[in-house]
Amino acid sequence: MMNLLRLISGRTASAPVARERLQILLAHERGLRGQPELLELLRAEILAAVSRHVVLDPEKVVVRMERGKQVSTLEVDIEVPNGFERSLAAAS
Amino acid sequence: MAKVLVVTSGKGGVGKTTSTAALGAALAQMGERVVVVDFDVGLRNLDLVLGAERRVVFDLINVVQGVAKLSQALIRDKRLENLWLLPASQTRDKDALTEEGVGSIIADLRTKFDWILCDSPAGIERGATLAMRYADEAVIVTNPEVSSVRDSDRIIGMLDSKTVKAERGERVEKHVLITRYDSARASRGEMLSIEDILEILATPLLGIIPESQDVLRASNVGSPVTLNNAASAPARAYIDAVRRLMGETVTMMVPVERKGLMNRLLGRRAA
Repeated sequence: MMNLLRLISGRTASAPVARERLQILLAHERGLRGQPELLELLRAEILAAVSRHVVLDPEKVVVRMERGKQVSTLEVDIEVPNGFERSLAAAS
Repeated sequence: MAKVLVVTSGKGGVGKTTSTAALGAALAQMGERVVVVDFDVGLRNLDLVLGAERRVVFDLINVVQGVAKLSQALIRDKRLENLWLLPASQTRDKDALTEEGVGSIIADLRTKFDWILCDSPAGIERGATLAMRYADEAVIVTNPEVSSVRDSDRIIGMLDSKTVKAERGERVEKHVLITRYDSARASRGEMLSIEDILEILATPLLGIIPESQDVLRASNVGSPVTLNNAASAPARAYIDAVRRLMGETVTMMVPVERKGLMNRLLGRRAA
């Protein structure tokens, strides 16, 4: 019946596309949920810990989380300027 | 014991206010003492849908700020003596609402009513979070459309994390109410089906409100659809939903519009 109607109307059903797009999107968004606050906290504390020893540009500290089925990875990327020991000595 | 129920959705225009009015009226028609509270500060509309727009003197913000007593701000419906409205302010901004203020009003309302229906504004900002803050139950109004389903999913996440119940480790009882459903289009695969929506949102279904001219007709005249035309398809769907809210087991079905011969001949099937 459905196929017959589709044949007559000449249109293909768009609902399955909607369903699939939603499932993919929401799987991703649910993974992110609650994450921004956690990541912001981690970033702030990592920044504070490293800054006690190295002079850093706060914008060069990136904390990222990849959620996997079995394990997740926490990626911390900190760009340290060359000769940072010297800059620390100057700062202290 | 009083129940606080938030009617929410994330997305605007899906039928929160219409549904709040219809569910509130249907509960009152069944003898429950009901207050509907408009949380859409600055853009109130529940008063208009209920036909009480010219009777608003004080509002929610006035009560929060102590300018008026709760009893002065409550407006009793002219048709249903068990139905009351607590309107939102039209002039203030939403920051005038405080968590403590809302909390004390809700606590006060709990002593006076069986049901406190909180009509949430769209979005996920302060008004929306305060509307759900003290909820025991939630009705998530969803249209069979991708953006609405996505926003409902977001709101479900908030109900599970940002409410007083969630913070206490309890659960807000959640129900999905699908509105503007067109079963003919769904069966042709042009619209997300009920099964699709429920599978994606993983939340129990409270009811299916069919797309219907009766909904607009009711809001045009300022009367909840369950009151304006109780025999209409959307009214019957809302009444079924309310019976489920009250714990009855009611078979889930999409009420059918009773259409005339001409419409049928023109192929406008409503089933």
